[in-house]
Amino acid sequence: MATNNNQSVDMAPAPEGIEGSGFFLTSLEKAVGLARKNSLWPLPFATSCCGIEFMATMGSHYDFARFGSERPSFSPRQADLLMVMGTISKKLGPVLKQVYEQMAEPRWVLSVGACASSGGIFDTYSVLQGIDRIIPVDIYVPGCPPRPEQIIDGLMQIQTLAETEKIGYRNSPEYKARLAKYGIE
Amino acid sequence: MTHSDHLVTVNLGPTHPATHGILQNVIQLDGERIVSAVPTIGYIHRAFEKLAEHRPYYQITPITDRLNYCSSPINNIGWELTVEKLLNVQTSQRIDYMRVIIMELARIADHLICNSILGVDSGAFSGFLYLFQHRELIYEIYEEICGTRLTTNIGRIGGFERDFSDIARQKIQKFLDIFPPALKEFESLFNRNRIFMDRTIGVGAISAERALNYGFTGPNLRATGVDYDVRALTPYSSYSDFDFDIPIGESGDTYDRFMVRNEEMWQSLRIIDQALRRLPAGPYHVDVPEFYLPPKSDVYEYMEALIYHFKIVMGEIPVPVGDVYHSVEGANGELGFYLISDGGRTPFRLHFRRPCFVYYQAFPEMVIGSLLSDAVITMSSLNVIAGELDA
Amino acid sequence: MMVKLLDTLQLPIVSRRSTFGMDEVLIAVEDWIKTFQVLHANGYSLLTDLCGAHFPESDAQYHVIAHVHNLQINHRIRLKTVARDNSNPQVPSLTGLYSGANWMERETFDFYGIQFIGHPNLTRILNSDDMTAYPMRKDFPLEDDTRDDKKDEAFGR
Repeated sequence: MATNNNQSVDMAPAPEGIEGSGFFLTSLEKAVGLARKNSLWPLPFATSCCGIEFMATMGSHYDFARFGSERPSFSPRQADLLMVMGTISKKLGPVLKQVYEQMAEPRWVLSVGACASSGGIFDTYSVLQGIDRIIPVDIYVPGCPPRPEQIIDGLMQIQTLAETEKIGYRNSPEYKARLAKYGIE
Repeated sequence: MTHSDHLVTVNLGPTHPATHGILQNVIQLDGERIVSAVPTIGYIHRAFEKLAEHRPYYQITPITDRLNYCSSPINNIGWELTVEKLLNVQTSQRIDYMRVIIMELARIADHLICNSILGVDSGAFSGFLYLFQHRELIYEIYEEICGTRLTTNIGRIGGFERDFSDIARQKIQKFLDIFPPALKEFESLFNRNRIFMDRTIGVGAISAERALNYGFTGPNLRATGVDYDVRALTPYSSYSDFDFDIPIGESGDTYDRFMVRNEEMWQSLRIIDQALRRLPAGPYHVDVPEFYLPPKSDVYEYMEALIYHFKIVMGEIPVPVGDVYHSVEGANGELGFYLISDGGRTPFRLHFRRPCFVYYQAFPEMVIGSLLSDAVITMSSLNVIAGELDA
Repeated sequence: MMVKLLDTLQLPIVSRRSTFGMDEVLIAVEDWIKTFQVLHANGYSLLTDLCGAHFPESDAQYHVIAHVHNLQINHRIRLKTVARDNSNPQVPSLTGLYSGANWMERETFDFYGIQFIGHPNLTRILNSDDMTAYPMRKDFPLEDDTRDDKKDEAFGR
């Protein structure tokens, strides 16, 4: 492990802007994007096997926390990213929708695993064939279960979405139309 | 005196902080004391038994993976043993020893989760982080043997798909060297820790008679003092060749369950060590071409392999008719497979006897009268895995 | 082992056999509770499992199968019974003897619709409460029949 003195710490790259003595000029979008990207608090909605891989991702070997997701929040009001990991049955569908609706904007949804993305190997009467039937999903991570590296890749793609989101997107008509498709206000 | 309008209803679940799985408990409290607890399950019902009626025998192994997903190899091998019982296939000692090594590693993996999460629920996060590092070592061993980390689909009917490579043996040996000091460190943090003992002794106790009446098996039953272990009473896969103790508790409370699981991890290490040292030479699968899928390279080159592959996949091999029940000692208790075969390609009826489903019924009885925080600790120490609960 | 045991216990057996290493007896549904009372009193203290099965080709379509285990002498028996009426299958409940039968019978009811007489709370356990069909019956399809996005040609239908 390299010795860590202040000169060699990796910092997140600064966005495009004009720098001067004591000031940095950039657009609000880029600054907010940078802040949001590096502090996504996940809500681990872990139901089955993918949840155990999430526990391994949270552990010290793969360390999810270095991407800014230090504080998994189990309260939807305080979470940014809903990570649905595992099979969602039809009985659990309304619960998932309720949790999603309780989250405050901006919120993202990461569907981890084959079962959450499409029902997986369980093409049965009791399993919801993909959570995108009830809530809008941003990124899908395939796998059964996906390796921790894949889950981290999914998180990094959510980070890209968070970084490049336009201010005011959440109030825009296209976002509202997207939610309306699922019956969410 | 309690008045029902002063009772507070708390909904514990189904989305649960701490990764216990999807269970719901509607708890009524009188102050801090629990008056009633009504569990609701089925939030992850995936219709395994219905699915199994539509899949051929060798395709059911991945389904069994998802039962108790913390220790998938035990489910896989239990299913393979059931089918081998139906087909009257005798495995060699080498295959049995290989299976024992893998099953005991899975048992350690499951107990690691249960005990470290019990620590997390009582406020001690460090144990979880330290032990999960060692769980990564077990994952590496699985990956070397079968290619995946968690849902292993390990083994085949009649043996294994490939032999243990040298790297796999080295990794198992490395685990046997590295893990004991870590487990000792974990025990030194918890076993005589005043706070942990106050939180767990006397909490969620159940007597041996009530536990047997509910159908408890596994570490939860052994913590009450009944030494029923499927590996010892009805040995399978050459378990009778190994020397191991069965730890039992006294009062069936949370502390006893924790200690029984810790001690079982030590016994599992003992078994793995014996099996690895005495692993006999031999083939890694038995010669039953009617049931053991031939290697793909042979299917492309040899006519017999092609024909057998076709017959197995299309289900043209006659299978005996009858009812088979076989059980293995899963990490949570007796994991049983009840198979009714009608001679066809898929089972007529397959029922999984899931230990979690059976003992979770006793949860209200174990927590009524105790505090809400005790209910959380009790649920955590029972090691309820939602996949196994709902099947 | 079984012949001696059954003679001493005097269970009301309709038929018996030994299959794949386990003793199995068929009990008439009226004698179901009595049989288990005798077994419970004689050391068969662990109700390992209770489940159902549906044989649509048989006269009596709904079977209930239980496994009990005597830990002292290490003997297991499988007991089967059949419900008389196919349109309203009923079997007495074992919850009075074995507390563990509670959820096992609820699961069997949930899957097959077999009514367990005397059960304290016979409601669905794994499926949603508003489900009307009994999914493990052979006539119920595996897949969700309200799906409209599966292409039949790709699945050979």
